[in-house]
Amino acid sequence: MIPADSPVLILGARSDMARALAHEFAKEGHPLMLAARNADTLSEDMTDLEVRFQAKVTAHDFDILDVDGHAAFLGNLPEVPAVVVSVVGFMGDQDESAINPDAARKVIDTNFTAPCLMLELCAGRLAELKRPTAIIGIGSVAGDRGRAKNYVYGAAKAGFATWLSGMRQKYVDSQLHIMTVKPGFVRTSATADMDLLGPLTDEPEAFAKKVMKALKRKSQVYYDIKWRAVMGVITHLPERIFMKTKF
Amino acid sequence: MSRVETLSGWGRWPKRDCVVDDFDPATDTPDRFNHSTITRGAGRSYGDAAMNPDMTFLGPLRNRFISFDPEAGDLVLQAGAKLSEVLEAFVPRGWFLPVTPGTKFATIAGVLAVDAHGKNHHAEGSFGDHVNWFDLMQADGQIKRCSPKDSVHLFNATIGGMGLTGHILTVSIKLRRIETAWIQQKTLPAANLEQAMQLFEDHQDATYSVAWLDCLAKGDARGRSLIYLGEHASVAQLPAEQRSKPFDYPAPKPKSMPIDAPNWALNRFSLKAFNYLYYRKGTKAPPVELVDYDRYFYPLDAIHQWNRLYGKRGFAQYQCALPLASAKEALLEQLDAISKAGLGSFLAVLKRLGPGAPNRPLSFPIEGYTLALDFPLTPQALTLMDLLDEITIAHGGRLYLAKDSRMTQATFEASYGDALTQFRALRRQTGAYDAFQSLQSRRLNL
Ligand SMILES: Cc1cc2nc3c(=O)[nH]c(=O)nc-3n(C[C@H](O)[C@H](O)[C@H](O)COP(=O)(O)OP(=O)(O)OC[C@H]3O[C@@H](n4cnc5c(N)ncnc54)[C@H](O)[C@@H]3O)c2cc1C
Repeated sequence: MIPADSPVLILGARSDMARALAHEFAKEGHPLMLAARNADTLSEDMTDLEVRFQAKVTAHDFDILDVDGHAAFLGNLPEVPAVVVSVVGFMGDQDESAINPDAARKVIDTNFTAPCLMLELCAGRLAELKRPTAIIGIGSVAGDRGRAKNYVYGAAKAGFATWLSGMRQKYVDSQLHIMTVKPGFVRTSATADMDLLGPLTDEPEAFAKKVMKALKRKSQVYYDIKWRAVMGVITHLPERIFMKTKF
Repeated sequence: MSRVETLSGWGRWPKRDCVVDDFDPATDTPDRFNHSTITRGAGRSYGDAAMNPDMTFLGPLRNRFISFDPEAGDLVLQAGAKLSEVLEAFVPRGWFLPVTPGTKFATIAGVLAVDAHGKNHHAEGSFGDHVNWFDLMQADGQIKRCSPKDSVHLFNATIGGMGLTGHILTVSIKLRRIETAWIQQKTLPAANLEQAMQLFEDHQDATYSVAWLDCLAKGDARGRSLIYLGEHASVAQLPAEQRSKPFDYPAPKPKSMPIDAPNWALNRFSLKAFNYLYYRKGTKAPPVELVDYDRYFYPLDAIHQWNRLYGKRGFAQYQCALPLASAKEALLEQLDAISKAGLGSFLAVLKRLGPGAPNRPLSFPIEGYTLALDFPLTPQALTLMDLLDEITIAHGGRLYLAKDSRMTQATFEASYGDALTQFRALRRQTGAYDAFQSLQSRRLNL
């Protein structure tokens, strides 16, 4: 068990899902370090956490794509976190990223290269603490099967999940727990331009509560139960059939 | 980014494709649209109040808490926050909602916009009575602070105003102090309507009171009910082992209705049996029990998507308020009409209402009684509800807009009377008429 007074670092703290996860950690009493670009614009979110849960919150400027700055960023934090949550992600425009190398690189770097390198760095630090710690990486079901609609994003998220899976094996003998979370369609601004599958859609708060529960029971890979069934079918469809579906 | 979603209210009828988008006050000022819009909270109103095919803004992501004054109990928050979020944050610190509807998944804005009443209406009035102020974005995009002192007409029209005066952005409400998360519940059986009403009158000093009513009982047993009284429990009233953790209670196990029930699942016989057994069980319940606030106030929330019980066709909730003087007569006529039609309701809820708020034109409660019933959406039920409308109007009663999906403009006008003229005038003056419309406001020509 990770003690309730140990700090949690949230990377990409501005998203709706990050906010909902921050609420859950704050409710348990964890101090929070919110990291995002233009950290001074996080003040409303800091106040929110203070008013709701009397949480101790700090905000920190952080750009996931500034890979060379990752180590300094970690070193400059007021405390070493016991939990690191990466909610970093960028959907991009599928058609654009399929043909434009810069657009493709941005999607791949933001969802794969940069967060993986950052979490690798964090894993090293956390494992050294030699007490219970955790890393939570928010991936996506989009990484489980390439779909015409979003396969550049999906490919990056697939890589992210694979990287975390490798890290999990690497650190199996440590007290660091690594959890991959694969949301389906959570109703956030980021999914706003996708066709939402009504009943499979979760509100960010409801989803965050499930993630917390999954962390407590030490899940390795967490899907929402509804998605487990859907993805179970989808990942097992033979490619020659899957390619013809409209999913 | 906007998208098209098929929306409905909690009753799942009517359904319509609506353009939806998360509401952002920085960019979504009404003057940017050449058509009307409406804001939607959690979609817990039953009918078509929070639907506009041209643009339905979604409010719940604007849920930040802004400040809390622990002396006064004043909480300021963005209006998309849900009641559940307030409870989660403040019950452990000894604060409770001043008034709450029977679902905690409603938003602050939604509860303000319908001026919701709770089980304490007879003593505490409705939600609007506990609002210090709110900020409203009007048709011209300007944001106005409304309170009982500032912009008081707008304040009154917006409370209960069904989103038709503007977007509610930020709200300040007064929380009430509690010592524990528990309610002392007392169950009193009443053999018929007369007894039930007498019990309500005898217990006007109870903090909370509400009755479940068996609307299929006939003859002398018409209106047979179980009255539930409630008081916030003090620490001393808790069992010794719980006193050190007065705000802890066992988390309810969420259940859900994963699929639609077939249409035949609820028929006259299953309803009759259910009502009979429920009443029997109630008469045998211990007269006083400790119940946690979740189970006391929000029993239906424990079953997610219970609205699927009525199958794909959806259902309607019929809720009327009847003035004290004629309430008994009106209720007996309505119970007769229901039993003649052979259409029971799973949930029939009766509640004594305290004085209404005559200066809020669309606020629903009036001093007297309110009855709420659920009916599956069948032609017979629609006919029955028309008949119930006639009885309601004949006795000077009215229907609740938060539950309505089907009343006619004539029924509405006959029941809300002059206040409507006032509300319509305010909408014209402020430009709200063109800027804010819902399917309901169009149906009722609001
Ligand atoms: C199980 C259950 C029990 C209930 N029990 C009670 C009860 O005991 N007493 C009672 O009074 N009601 C009760 N209700 C009704 C409920 O309180 C209302 O329908 C409430 O409005 C729901 O809030 P919402 O956030 O879901 O609003 P919605 O249904 O989404 O919207 C309701 C109205 O609020 C307006 N609105 C929403 N957000 C804004 C905004 N930001 N600015 C302006 N307007 C806005 C909408 O335009 C619409 O007119 C119950 C409902 C359910 C499902």
